[in-house]
Amino acid sequence: MAKTNKLSARKKDERAAAYIFTIPAIALLVAFLVVPMVYTVYYSVFKYQVMRPNDITFIGLANYQKLFKDPEFWKALRNTFYFTIIVVPVQCVLALALALLVSKRFRGVSIFRTMYFSPQLTSMVVISVLWTVLYNSNPNTGLINSILVSFGLQPINFLTNAKTAMNAIIFMSAWQGAGYQMMIFLAGLQGIPTEQYEASAVDGANKWQQFWNITIPNLKGTIKYVIMITMIQAMKLFTQPYVMTQGGPKNATKTMVYYIYTQGFQKGNFGYACSVAAVFFVIVVAMSLILQKITNAD
Amino acid sequence: MKSKKGAAMLGKFLFYFGNTLIGIVFVSPLIWMISASFKPEAKIFANMNSLTTFLPTEPSLNNYIEVFRRINMANVFKNTLLYIALILIFDLIINSICGYALAKFEFRGRKLMLSFIVALMVLPMEAILLPLYIEMSQLGWVNTLQALVIPFIAKCFSIYMFYNFFHDIPDDLLEAAAIDGSSPVRTFFTIVMPISKTVYATVFILDFVAHWNDFMWPFLVMTGEDKRTIQLAVQSFFSTSPVHYSAIMAALVISAIPMIIMFIFMQKYYVEGIASSGIKG
Repeated sequence: MAKTNKLSARKKDERAAAYIFTIPAIALLVAFLVVPMVYTVYYSVFKYQVMRPNDITFIGLANYQKLFKDPEFWKALRNTFYFTIIVVPVQCVLALALALLVSKRFRGVSIFRTMYFSPQLTSMVVISVLWTVLYNSNPNTGLINSILVSFGLQPINFLTNAKTAMNAIIFMSAWQGAGYQMMIFLAGLQGIPTEQYEASAVDGANKWQQFWNITIPNLKGTIKYVIMITMIQAMKLFTQPYVMTQGGPKNATKTMVYYIYTQGFQKGNFGYACSVAAVFFVIVVAMSLILQKITNAD
Repeated sequence: MKSKKGAAMLGKFLFYFGNTLIGIVFVSPLIWMISASFKPEAKIFANMNSLTTFLPTEPSLNNYIEVFRRINMANVFKNTLLYIALILIFDLIINSICGYALAKFEFRGRKLMLSFIVALMVLPMEAILLPLYIEMSQLGWVNTLQALVIPFIAKCFSIYMFYNFFHDIPDDLLEAAAIDGSSPVRTFFTIVMPISKTVYATVFILDFVAHWNDFMWPFLVMTGEDKRTIQLAVQSFFSTSPVHYSAIMAALVISAIPMIIMFIFMQKYYVEGIASSGIKG
């Protein structure tokens, strides 16, 4: 009897403690994540301009209709998808290749790991500033063009040509980010039991067959996770174009987040910018769900 | 037999050669940055077509002096470290107790809360910037520390990391404490917390790095020049005349130093943190 009393008293204690422990975090998440999210959708059906805070009128889906016909929005959407579709495979394959290079213990392995990881030790702003200088179209001041010229190639106007600007940002982003995903892959590789490799070596499998039949199947969960985080990260592209090209040339590097910023904060079209943000949100969530479906299917 | 050994040697050589070549691609921009930061402006583009461009010829600290003369670095570092420190203190407490409750307490709504937190993880911050900004301005927080700190204390990802870690703590340990008369809250602070230093260190370093990189949000809410964080200072230095590339490189190096120090001291937790996110997720 006494024991059950004690037990139920403890359960009660636990329940009280549970609420004390969870309420601060949940309250903050609601206040600064859920409420703003609801307001993004709410404002998106209003005409709301920063300059006229007293003239907020309900306009239904007019913002979305406008968005549908807005060539700049479509451009931003296309640019965001282009960046994502290229950078995700490039960066993930590069990261996996780097991880394979340094997965075994050998003399100097940690030096190479640190080298590949080193771009992560600065910030995206720093990297963007640095590469703007490196990408300079004048071969006398731009390191990369000076290398191209010394190999007898023509210099490229990396950031000032609408055709190359986004590709230049993609290359830099993959270089900066691959070290991070490499670390995740390394952990995944180390989790693969070595017996599997030994057994297949006995069966006469070569390195290439081992890679496809052992490494890849074992890494499936890791690969899925890496693709997911790289994709979500890529969809949010803003800092690089903001620092390097201001969305130009000819809007070639204007992304969805950049467009939200331009419409909402530079032009003051809050309502309209919220409709862009709502679409952005739906796309990110939809892509995560689709990716999950695809990768769970096989 | 001999040729086999030769082939192995060659393989080893190619392996190191390849690794070194790729390694150079990864570090050379950073080396160029560091070397340029020590050169006079006239020299950094002087010998671009030779390898000496990577060496600090005529090294001097003039660029660093220029940076400190033009940017109030002490203020910038104070702004940045203060807001990150405040976020991290509350982050580690509030998210860890939440993760613990979800992992170890039985209460109504536990499952719902957990799926709520997991679902919120995909919510991109960028989609809520506008209303969050309005919220800040209604609260009168624009250009104040509150705007940088309070919205970013609770983090779904941190809660999830703590949840995962605490989940693996054996229930027997907690039972034993309870039998000794320790309340659930006391058990957490006196028994669980001290044995969970690794997860605290991991969340600490991951969130430190994330906030050290903060750019867009501070850029929107901290418009006063004296309120600038490090990334804002670097970005505006880059776009303010006179544009001295050598001084810009020095500013970039200065801004990277705290991260490098953090990395040196917390490398183990940082790398483990990145890695474990992949295994659990």
